[in-house]
Amino acid sequence: MQVPLSAYLILSAFLFIVGVVGVATRRNALIIFMCIELMLNAVNLTFLAFARFLNSMDGQIFVFFVMVVAAAEVAVGLAIIIAIYRNRETVDVAELNLLKW
Amino acid sequence: MLETLIVMLVKIVVVFGALLLTVAYMTWIERKVIADIQVRLGPMRVGPHGLLQPIADGLKLMFKEDLIPSQVERVVFLLAPSMSIVPAFIAFAVIPFGDTTTLFGLLAKPVALHITDIDVGVLFVFGVASLGVYGIVLAGWSSNNKYSLLGGLRASAQLISYEVSMGLSVVGVLILAGSLSLVEIVKAQAGLYWWLGMLPIPRWFIFSQPLGFLIYFTCALAETNRAPFDLPEAETELVAGFHTEYSSMKFAMFFMAEYANMITVSALATTMFLGGWLGPIGPSPVWFLGKVFLLLFLFIWFRATLPRFRYDQLMSFGWKRLLPLALLNVVWSALWALRG
Amino acid sequence: MELVIFTGLALVAALAAMLVIVQRHAVYSALFLIITMGALAGIYILLEAHFVWIVQVIVYAGAIMVLFLFVIMLLDIRREQDPWTPPGRGRILTALLLSVVLLVELGMAVAQRLVLPPSGAPSVAGGFGTTQTVGRLLFTDYLFPFEITSVILLVAMVGAMVLAKKRLT
Repeated sequence: MQVPLSAYLILSAFLFIVGVVGVATRRNALIIFMCIELMLNAVNLTFLAFARFLNSMDGQIFVFFVMVVAAAEVAVGLAIIIAIYRNRETVDVAELNLLKW
Repeated sequence: MLETLIVMLVKIVVVFGALLLTVAYMTWIERKVIADIQVRLGPMRVGPHGLLQPIADGLKLMFKEDLIPSQVERVVFLLAPSMSIVPAFIAFAVIPFGDTTTLFGLLAKPVALHITDIDVGVLFVFGVASLGVYGIVLAGWSSNNKYSLLGGLRASAQLISYEVSMGLSVVGVLILAGSLSLVEIVKAQAGLYWWLGMLPIPRWFIFSQPLGFLIYFTCALAETNRAPFDLPEAETELVAGFHTEYSSMKFAMFFMAEYANMITVSALATTMFLGGWLGPIGPSPVWFLGKVFLLLFLFIWFRATLPRFRYDQLMSFGWKRLLPLALLNVVWSALWALRG
Repeated sequence: MELVIFTGLALVAALAAMLVIVQRHAVYSALFLIITMGALAGIYILLEAHFVWIVQVIVYAGAIMVLFLFVIMLLDIRREQDPWTPPGRGRILTALLLSVVLLVELGMAVAQRLVLPPSGAPSVAGGFGTTQTVGRLLFTDYLFPFEITSVILLVAMVGAMVLAKKRLT
């Protein structure tokens, strides 16, 4: 029996929801960043599932670009976190409240 | 279905056993060859010409006390040696050892001498090699020890730096072979090339991609932490680097992983540059093993001869010299392929 | 057979993803994220993505997560004393709204008669998802985005180096 499209979509939605919950609740900037990567992976899975079921290569090419952009984003994001750590000695996002009124 | 399963299981057992045996006896070969280069005898006592030395070493390591310091991160500490050795062995799943054979007529159907042939074989080996970095990084971190952490980070920084040039150095081979599958790459090197109409030279890629081979071999030395790039595990450096807190079998596993990695990169170099299992006459696995052992001898020869690089020299060499050379090789190969 | 493999990999991916967000120490989160990415790479093979799965292993699990681990270990992050923040009212409202939207999408996907053709998964073209197909498409139809991504990577490299450099005071 073949795996239906809805199975892939449910898994992808679940991973996305887990990522969103992680971003909303954790305070460690690195873990928030990892949950963002989890969300990107969930989206990749959706793209590939639809590419397979609609017989279109566009989905796979888009996944390729998503991976490249995610790599670039991780590099820059981690550099920012390192710079912030050097300044404030913390990666706790609750402590980064200088711009709050 | 059942027959293919049994054939595959037999192949896996044979390859795994041969690999473990080679890893164990690589220690003996290394000690003997280095001894010969240094005009001395090497192990001679344990068995004739020291042939039982690896067994003695294995038994010694097994009976040593297995110390686990109290403040380490236990789960990761115990898992790190396996994370180092498993990728080294997995990479052998795609390497072809020989032509399709019927074992001198014993088998009804010819069986291909590779465990599997995926269409992205080269990328698979590189992907698995990049997973091997985790063993070192996590071993250094979980030891709860500044020296181990820094040693582990330095070793893995070296590994990931040379991975880039290693990947680029084989792009020339991929252009010439037209496929990422290792079986196809070997088949693309079949045949002879008549130089000046008289001298037969095999169509191995080492002759059409000499720079690619040199870059690949240099990166392979760095990837396996072998001299002259073995600063992370030199005895005079950083206490003992990432494996300071390990003892007994876990320590042995790190060194088995290093030798298994050596064999993997040699097998890959043989497949991509030296024509794999191709040879004029005789059984093809013999040719494959012969070429792999030739490259392993080169590894040992380099260790016995060259002084080691300092860490900043090593990183500067990898990024500022090898990477531009590898890129140049890619451009040159592409132009060469377009000319015809 | 395909269903068995998918179920196994999906359970591993879902479980590891849930474990990512509950760890006290960032290194364990990273390790579980690596497991999630590995399981997803396996699922990609089921989806005929013969090139994308190995790119996922090499780029995501083999490079991006190594970078994460480096930063976590170099910054010497301690265990969080109290990892869960009590969410404020605005956050709870946003989370509820997002969950409703996502659950509606889930429901629509499950009522798959709206999404799928009645015959199930169509057969795919020969060479679907292979390296050759991806390569050809990248250099013909998608050449412009391909060149743009190379510029993106260059900009990211320069940016990361400038941001993380030590001050030469």
